[in-house]
Amino acid sequence: MSIDKIWVLAEVADGKPITASLELISHAKSLAGTVEAVAYGEETSAIAGTLGEYGATTVHDVGDLGGSLPGAPVADAIAAAIEAGNGPDAILFPATYDGRDIAGRLSAKIDRPVLTNVVGLVAGDGGLITQHAVFGGAQIATARFVGDGPGLFVIRAKSFPAETSGGGQAEVVAAAATESGPTNGAKIVASHVEERTGPKLDEANVVVSGGRGLGEKENYALIEELASLLKGAAGASRAIVDAGWVPYSHQVGQTGKTVKPTVYVACGISGATQHLVGMKNSKNIVAINKDQDAPIFSVADLGIVGDVHKVLPKLIEALKARG
Amino acid sequence: MNVVVCVKQIPDPAAPPSLDPGTNNLIRAGKLILDDSDAYGVEMALQLVDKAGEGEVTLVSMAPNGETSGLRTALAMGAAKAILISDDSLAGTDALGTAKVLAAAIKRADPDLILAATESTDGYTGTTPVQIAEILGLPSVTFAKKVEIDGGSLKVERQTEAGYDEVESPLPALVTVTAGVVEPRYPSFKGIMAAKSKPVETLTIADLGIDAGQVGATGARQEITDVSASEERASGEIVVDEGDAYQRVIQFLEQLKVL
Repeated sequence: MSIDKIWVLAEVADGKPITASLELISHAKSLAGTVEAVAYGEETSAIAGTLGEYGATTVHDVGDLGGSLPGAPVADAIAAAIEAGNGPDAILFPATYDGRDIAGRLSAKIDRPVLTNVVGLVAGDGGLITQHAVFGGAQIATARFVGDGPGLFVIRAKSFPAETSGGGQAEVVAAAATESGPTNGAKIVASHVEERTGPKLDEANVVVSGGRGLGEKENYALIEELASLLKGAAGASRAIVDAGWVPYSHQVGQTGKTVKPTVYVACGISGATQHLVGMKNSKNIVAINKDQDAPIFSVADLGIVGDVHKVLPKLIEALKARG
Repeated sequence: MNVVVCVKQIPDPAAPPSLDPGTNNLIRAGKLILDDSDAYGVEMALQLVDKAGEGEVTLVSMAPNGETSGLRTALAMGAAKAILISDDSLAGTDALGTAKVLAAAIKRADPDLILAATESTDGYTGTTPVQIAEILGLPSVTFAKKVEIDGGSLKVERQTEAGYDEVESPLPALVTVTAGVVEPRYPSFKGIMAAKSKPVETLTIADLGIDAGQVGATGARQEITDVSASEERASGEIVVDEGDAYQRVIQFLEQLKVL
């Protein structure tokens, strides 16, 4: 299978295509002659300009989902478009909550396997070759599909840069209409936005994260205070999210967010492989842990072997004193 | 209210994982335990059945070598019975193949609700549950932080990038639950004893009418061609705190112009 056409799922948030989708469109442009986007919701014509700038020439518009969770209806629409002919050789999905749903449902619907946790994608052997971080990122596995396409790929955020290529407005075409069946039963009845001060976790220049070494829920306040003083975002290891100290939205790691800040400060975090996958590529890593053998020290640029209960308050006090 | 929980039995995550040098697949020999992520699904199911006042929790699992240790743990928590699919042809099966096998087994149990973790701790592909839902023609709600059954309808709080959505769906449906959705109970001694005699039905793919070509490495239609060490970060500086280490941190941040 040679790669002539790639589709990219363009997810929208706050009226704009999400960065992860733009990363995929610009990377797809380096792999295939034709890159097209698939979008859903009310905003498709509004985002056609941006999608075009990054390299998509056409947007297949699934339209307003009427409150349905996107997984089933968008997978149905993509399957119908493939069926109608002129389908792509590969489809790229950002690894978001909805991206994963749509990719999984589409995979079962058209009986094609899907490769997830992709962090690298290159052309080769007449098709596409993927890279995956395994064992906490200590090793990279290279994989590919065997057999007929389209290949389905779920790709982690920040795997590629998002770069404009000076393209004009993408042409919006209505995606094939589909019958709504029982799979489309799940509906959103209300949306709640969590209050957040400071930068978004996956966009912050500085991330301060806390783990089980903090000892108890109340000590997470130290993480929030340090993050605030450094004008950064507060993150968490899976251990303390599981324990209910902080919401899932703070989680950094395999099942949480991938972050690549200028500085990542890991406090009381041992560095379990599934956490490393989410932060290993931060430009600079500072770790504070009282266990000198904690795996986090193998990725830290500056490792402090010490008790977070002693180091953090002093650090916070000194930063406050600087004004 | 009959609930099926998809559970995975995995190599102990504390032990270093290894790949088969021939296929580059994860080696699943040796003792397998209940994936921690699935304890939340089992607990959630037990609580929902409890609230409904009737029904039972059935476990469904695909594992090599007729492995049941992980299942006994979940049975000890209170699940009523288990269906295990074990078959040599399943070696090297991918997520979609696994979904086909589990879906066929779940169909036999005919549940009102199917629960699963968002992803497994060892493979972390994260697609198998929604693939199962699609194969069974059911709606799915993933990343549930709260699950309720109200008047025969499913009500879920679903994690989103911005916060959470309230989602409703008719039953039957499939839900994946996040860690922390409930506090899983520890099996009691009585539960552990009772688990020994709870029924575990073991099936082969032939029992499910599935062809070997649909599963295993052939059915997966994908291959890992190489595994190599990734670029290592140069080792960093280690400072043992004797009271002043915080100053080195401040210096470091200044050098990076973060301060």
